[in-house]
Amino acid sequence: MEDNIFNARQGVRKRRSQWIAFGVFKLLSYSIVLILFCILGFIIYKGIGVINWKFLTSPPSDGMTGGGIWPAIVGTFYLMIGSALFAFPVGVMSGIYMNEYAPKGKLVRFIRVMTNNLSGIPSIVFGLFGMALFVKYLGFGDSILAGSLTLGLLCVPLVIRTTEEALKAIPDSYREGSLALGATKLQTIRYVILPMGMPNIITGLILAMGRVSGETAPILFTCAAYFLPQLPHSILDQCMALPYHLYVISTSGTDMESQLPIAYGTALVLILIILVVNLLANGLRRYFSNKLKTN
Amino acid sequence: MNKIDAQHVNFFYGDFQALKDISMAIEEKAVVAFIGPSGCGKSTFLRLFNRMNDLIPGARLEGKIQIDGVNIYDKSVQVDELRKNVGMVFQRPNPFPKSIFENVAYGLRVNGVKDNEFIRHRVEETLKGAALWDEVKNKLKESAFALSGGQQQRLCIARAMAVSPSVLLMDEPASALDPISTAKVEELIHELKKEYTIVIVTHNMQQAARVSDKTAFFYMGSMVEYDDTKKIFTNPSKEATQNYITGRFG
Amino acid sequence: MKQVWEKIVEGILTCSGFITSITIVLIVIFLFTEAFGLFGNKVTEEGYVLAVNGKNPVRELSAVQIKDVFDEEITNWSEVGGPDIGIKVFRLEDITSYFSEEELGAEYDKAGECIGKVVADHPGIIAFVPAKFIEKDFPGRLLKDEHISFSEVFAGKEWFPTATPAPQFGFVPLVMGTLWVSFFAILFALPFGLSVAVYMSEVASSRTRGFLKPVIELLNGIPSVVYGFFGLIVIVPLIQKVFDLPVGETGLAGSIVLAIMALPTIITVSEDAMRNCPRAMREASLALGATHWQTIYKVVIPFSISGITSGVVLGIGRAIGETMAVLMVTGNAAVIPTTILEPLRTIPATIAAELGEAPAGGAHYEALFLLGVVLFLITMIINFSVEYISSKTGAGFGRKS
Repeated sequence: MEDNIFNARQGVRKRRSQWIAFGVFKLLSYSIVLILFCILGFIIYKGIGVINWKFLTSPPSDGMTGGGIWPAIVGTFYLMIGSALFAFPVGVMSGIYMNEYAPKGKLVRFIRVMTNNLSGIPSIVFGLFGMALFVKYLGFGDSILAGSLTLGLLCVPLVIRTTEEALKAIPDSYREGSLALGATKLQTIRYVILPMGMPNIITGLILAMGRVSGETAPILFTCAAYFLPQLPHSILDQCMALPYHLYVISTSGTDMESQLPIAYGTALVLILIILVVNLLANGLRRYFSNKLKTN
Repeated sequence: MNKIDAQHVNFFYGDFQALKDISMAIEEKAVVAFIGPSGCGKSTFLRLFNRMNDLIPGARLEGKIQIDGVNIYDKSVQVDELRKNVGMVFQRPNPFPKSIFENVAYGLRVNGVKDNEFIRHRVEETLKGAALWDEVKNKLKESAFALSGGQQQRLCIARAMAVSPSVLLMDEPASALDPISTAKVEELIHELKKEYTIVIVTHNMQQAARVSDKTAFFYMGSMVEYDDTKKIFTNPSKEATQNYITGRFG
Repeated sequence: MKQVWEKIVEGILTCSGFITSITIVLIVIFLFTEAFGLFGNKVTEEGYVLAVNGKNPVRELSAVQIKDVFDEEITNWSEVGGPDIGIKVFRLEDITSYFSEEELGAEYDKAGECIGKVVADHPGIIAFVPAKFIEKDFPGRLLKDEHISFSEVFAGKEWFPTATPAPQFGFVPLVMGTLWVSFFAILFALPFGLSVAVYMSEVASSRTRGFLKPVIELLNGIPSVVYGFFGLIVIVPLIQKVFDLPVGETGLAGSIVLAIMALPTIITVSEDAMRNCPRAMREASLALGATHWQTIYKVVIPFSISGITSGVVLGIGRAIGETMAVLMVTGNAAVIPTTILEPLRTIPATIAAELGEAPAGGAHYEALFLLGVVLFLITMIINFSVEYISSKTGAGFGRKS
């Protein structure tokens, strides 16, 4: 045949370039793992010695150079709960509307574009918005309420998207089966669709809460306090929060020597929250998908 | 010597045995058709000839397949060299998102041909060979997606021919085409058999009868019968073959 | 009864369906109303005026000129279109060197008169005094005080919002800072991210992929303030040492941290896009004797180019909008950067650092909201271009080779 049209060495060359390219890709991919382990390892290594029961359960003392981070943990917890209380119902309802009610086509597309837009807005802009609307205009002041609402808005798109995906994964035959038994659309959603989609929705919510726990920019001007002598009493009080605490301690510390360990400890607690959230979400995802398979 | 020689081929997807002890010899410049109900293993067997099944994780082969006397599953064989020699046309036309010209030139370029004059010449030659030249000669720079389904499939045939393979594998090449395009592709196969050894998988028995010299009937992963096409369609020796071609099952 | 209930619930669901749209509209309303208040402000600090000698022909000065005059970088009236007289700067606190406390009166009640005298006596004077001390028969002349103009803000090269008498709200250094940091971040993240995406979607075994996927998710989940902290403690000193700089808080530190933060977005989106490349397309290429790598860069990448572009653009968006990490590691000097090894300051970092100190409703506060508007518009443009790009999936079709 006309094998002479092909350079005999060419085969060797193209296989060598594949070998090199794939080698580089592999190297870079594993260096991502390395980067993650560096960051996690560094913070765990430095922070593990700081964390003990007392550090976790006592308030800061000696002008922020000693003591623990209890109020910040409590504050972050309040903010997670508060934003979930807002984002969960709103996001899930919005997801239900999009997947079950909204006429397919332009409207759903429009809503989806808006949702994507909202999720692309930088968190600092949410901070500005939260300050203008909740703190100033609605008069909530710097408070857990204002902070939770701001953070809630921030994670609504995430909740909507997971709800929508969870519902989309449910085959239409279930809807038809229920409707055929004389159930109304709402009853079908309430008794068939939602319970089936719930595991995935919950997973999405957990991930959203993980995100809330680490956000700083939105609470800078809506609720975070540098130091509070006591825990918040109502939702109209300010609160401390872990990410803000870490930011303040590590950037405007007065005594780096004694504050750095506190910063490591705070960073580690934040990392642990994220790890737990991710493990929980992955575990749940796997658990429920296995369960669906065996059914 | 036979062009293709398969001996005691067993093939597994994980635990599932897709092909059971198949032996077959294909002569040079013959057209061989594989027929059988869906899932019988005919496409799987075809894709062993250019090692396309290598891509499937967990796939495993036992036995031996030789092309031109070389065991193509031997460690010394470079799979890209093999595939250059054994061209393939797929079930659905799958042109690249590139111009018509670049589609045909692709195989040459990836195999290191840099001489543009040669490439231009070769593209024209193969497009003529695939009976497509007159329809596309004025729009070589346009997207291949602008062509009709039948034209796309002939373009894919031209693309496979451009690297001068000696074997052409066709996996139900006309199943996604309308009757007129199908007729054109079949006509083309008649022309091509002067130069190539062709193995064609088809679910259309008339097509097998029209284009092939020999026909193999597959059923449940086994090759039930392999003989001259004329004999298979007029006087098969196995009852299963008889039942299939007379439409009693499948 | 049942039907009424059903209708009500449907109504509620419909309303919540539009929550994101409503939020965006609210963001626009609140951000824009606060921000555009800025242009209602005068150049000079509120409640103050600038006065000159009655014979001085200069009628007005721009914000930058005012600042330069009071910083004594402009020292002669001829430089701003006046006569060749040295400029004498006068602030209210200087008055005690001209008059005794008795002359000024117990409660500064004669200060107005005294200021009038000073201005009348010195032909080269420019006085920055509270408006309430300007009496009806003031012998000097007040400079015309313009509103802050669009061009002063968007083309202004200085950001110095607490300067007196004329605060400087030039966005250029902040915009440039943002662009520099984001540009270098993407420069680092792009080859890195695409390589990983190709590796994960095309090369890695499903087990390796199953290991890398959670790693990327985790990388995405780490809070930005933790990245900032890590950058501050590890990367900043490293940069200082490697480049032998006076400070390690530089644009480069910000870029590196941002690159790591933008990676998960770039990887996830481009990997998805590449996995969507049809199997038939890959097989066609392999069947022609192309190697796996040739198939990837000649077929898979061109086919998924729109998805990959979306990933990159989203990564850029993430880099531009990132606040805390950048705030913590870039040193926050509001100067137009000339190299990446200088401290610089981005738009989000400026908002985060200054909003707490800016008195609500003041010009500074409004300027920060305007920065927020700029950020908002940038992200909108980015989002819509992603929308546009991904609506052209397989845009490579019909591309001339």
